[in-house]
Amino acid sequence: MMRFYVTILMALRALRRNTMRSILTALGMIIGVGAVIAMVSIGNGAKAQVQSAIAGLGDNLIIVSPASLNTGGVRGGAGTGVTLVPADADAIVADLQEGNKRVMSVSPYIGGGGMQVLANGLNWRPQVLGVGPDWPDIRSWRVTEGTFFSEEDVKTAAKVAVIGKTTADTLFPEGGAVGQMVRIGNIPFKVIGMMDTKGFNNNQDQDDVLFLPYTSHMKRVSRRTSLNSIYVKARNEDVVDRVKSDLTDLLTQRRNGAVDFQVQDQAEIAAARTAATDTMTYLLGAIAGVSLLVGGIGIMNIMLVSVTERTREIGIRLALGAHGKDVLTQFLIEAILLSSLGGIMGVALGIGGSQLAGHYKGWAVEPSTTAMVIAVVFSSFVGVFFGFYPARKAAAMDPIEALRYE
Amino acid sequence: MAPVVKILDIHKIYDSGEVPVHAVRGVSLEIHRGEFLALMGSSGSGKSTLMNMLGALDRPTKGEYFLDGTDVSKLDKNDLADIRNQKLGFVFQGFNLLSRTTALENVELPLLYGKKRMSSKAMKERAMHCLDIVGLSKRSDHMPNQLSGGQQQRVAIARALVNEPQVLLADEPTGNLDSKTSIEVMGVFQKLNEQGITIVMVTHELDIAHYCKRDLILRDGVVVRDELVKDRSIAERELQRLAEAEAKAKLIGGPIPTV
Ligand SMILES: Nc1ncnc2c1ncn2[C@@H]1O[C@H](COP(=O)(O)OP(=O)(O)O)[C@@H](O)[C@H]1O
Ligand SMILES: [Mg+2]
Repeated sequence: MMRFYVTILMALRALRRNTMRSILTALGMIIGVGAVIAMVSIGNGAKAQVQSAIAGLGDNLIIVSPASLNTGGVRGGAGTGVTLVPADADAIVADLQEGNKRVMSVSPYIGGGGMQVLANGLNWRPQVLGVGPDWPDIRSWRVTEGTFFSEEDVKTAAKVAVIGKTTADTLFPEGGAVGQMVRIGNIPFKVIGMMDTKGFNNNQDQDDVLFLPYTSHMKRVSRRTSLNSIYVKARNEDVVDRVKSDLTDLLTQRRNGAVDFQVQDQAEIAAARTAATDTMTYLLGAIAGVSLLVGGIGIMNIMLVSVTERTREIGIRLALGAHGKDVLTQFLIEAILLSSLGGIMGVALGIGGSQLAGHYKGWAVEPSTTAMVIAVVFSSFVGVFFGFYPARKAAAMDPIEALRYE
Repeated sequence: MAPVVKILDIHKIYDSGEVPVHAVRGVSLEIHRGEFLALMGSSGSGKSTLMNMLGALDRPTKGEYFLDGTDVSKLDKNDLADIRNQKLGFVFQGFNLLSRTTALENVELPLLYGKKRMSSKAMKERAMHCLDIVGLSKRSDHMPNQLSGGQQQRVAIARALVNEPQVLLADEPTGNLDSKTSIEVMGVFQKLNEQGITIVMVTHELDIAHYCKRDLILRDGVVVRDELVKDRSIAERELQRLAEAEAKAKLIGGPIPTV
């Protein structure tokens, strides 16, 4: 209808007449939508990152850990729980690797946190981890120089170490780390191999690491008796579920029925970790939603002021033949234009803001098209909702009364 | 020929306040095509109330009103709006132009609410033509605050003309203007009337009423006199006389500071 097109034009004219106020009014929407888009982008990015990190752990991987390790999606610190011991790993090897052959390899795992390492007159704090000889196979992580430590090294708790790329580059800037000695406390370890670059996982440099035989770690460095977890690699994808139930059975039996451990495959680890980021995303999304609501109320407020202020204009329009419906549409469209333009600018702000945060904070950012479309549609809906009352107030005016208004 | 406006025993009672006010108490009136009628009376005599009813802005409490054959007193809100848009043109004392809107856009306004579909080009042409009639086509892109009072009122007249109304209604159109500008506006009205447009205007100034053809005097809501104007003033002539007087003043009094 002709009138409708004209009404849009008039609404645009009215907004342009008050550019500054229009921008300030839309600011609530801009910030609200911007926050939603930024939150979703950052949340999505974090989720994708966790997922790709977990996919990068290695194929057909199963991790056995103390029950407290992943409770409620919150990761416990190193040494939480005392239930896993090297004997558990040995039993898994005996029963499932050498026994029913469904398991390809097994490696105990001790996460140490940062430890002071000295070498070459320099010192550095890499992650010092205790693992078994099958670690490179389980993690699909190549040794580029030298060799990984052997079964024999584990048995004898040998003073050998395999160095990560970042640690090697830091402690031996001139190169040639393999064959050199590094010291942890007073104990010297001989570097017998260097790992390939693995990159970042969860903002952590996976190459800033020093691997020791887990026995050496326990006896010589951390003096611990328990493991953080046991990494198990199933023979193929089809047996993953079988291996999980085998592991549960075996360990339950070894504990006389106590289930103080958990067995998770990659999908479950991913789910547990992304659950945390999901919760965060929903929470932040809810806060952003509230700010959208506040933006909507801001629009309603300004529209009400505007209707009062423009009473005379409304009177003139009615006197010249506008129907109540025309006035209603005009003000409603003004509100919708305000809110949806605010929404569109908010999307731009959200993308820009999250990219900026991603750039400076090193967060992974993944803008979601769905979120953008929803945000813009929702913001126009906010305009309809909060613009309706002021618009109806305008439309219900009596022309003579309105013309008389000072 | 049937009258354009025919009202029969029309009444208006305002009962919004504490005491009901009987503002118009039984006015009957016929206005024919081509008439130029002045509605006079002291303040509070009911002129505006009567005009609002004639202008279909307000409904009479009692009585009948036929505009161009249609019984307006029975119409609903939207139909009244259409009548105002299609058959009537309004000029207000306070001009009532949309601020921060160009003269041309102001004149286009009634076209936007019209029933007929028009291209924006056609609207512009039509509005421009009406601005031309009132001699303001050169100021079409000016905002109201860039125009003098007389010019603003001429824009308002152009706006009232744009839908080719049956009757042009003006409530104290010269009330906010100085005497010379008032005569200019009356000149515009006289020109329009000569072209056949029916005009009804409210004024309380006798000399302004003298530019009209018929003079109606209202007192306490009733018509107390209805007569033809004798010795009608002609705006063109009056303006010429004013210009001569001004020129003479300049010759005698030496330099007068320009106003
Ligand atoms: N909206 C209204 N409510 C109550 N009384 C009104 C209203 N409008 C006008 N009146 C009264 O009606 C009478 C006529 O007013 P009006 O038509 O404006 O007179 P005029 O235009 O001749 O000065 C006055 O007594 C005025 O106070
Ligand atoms: Mg009046």
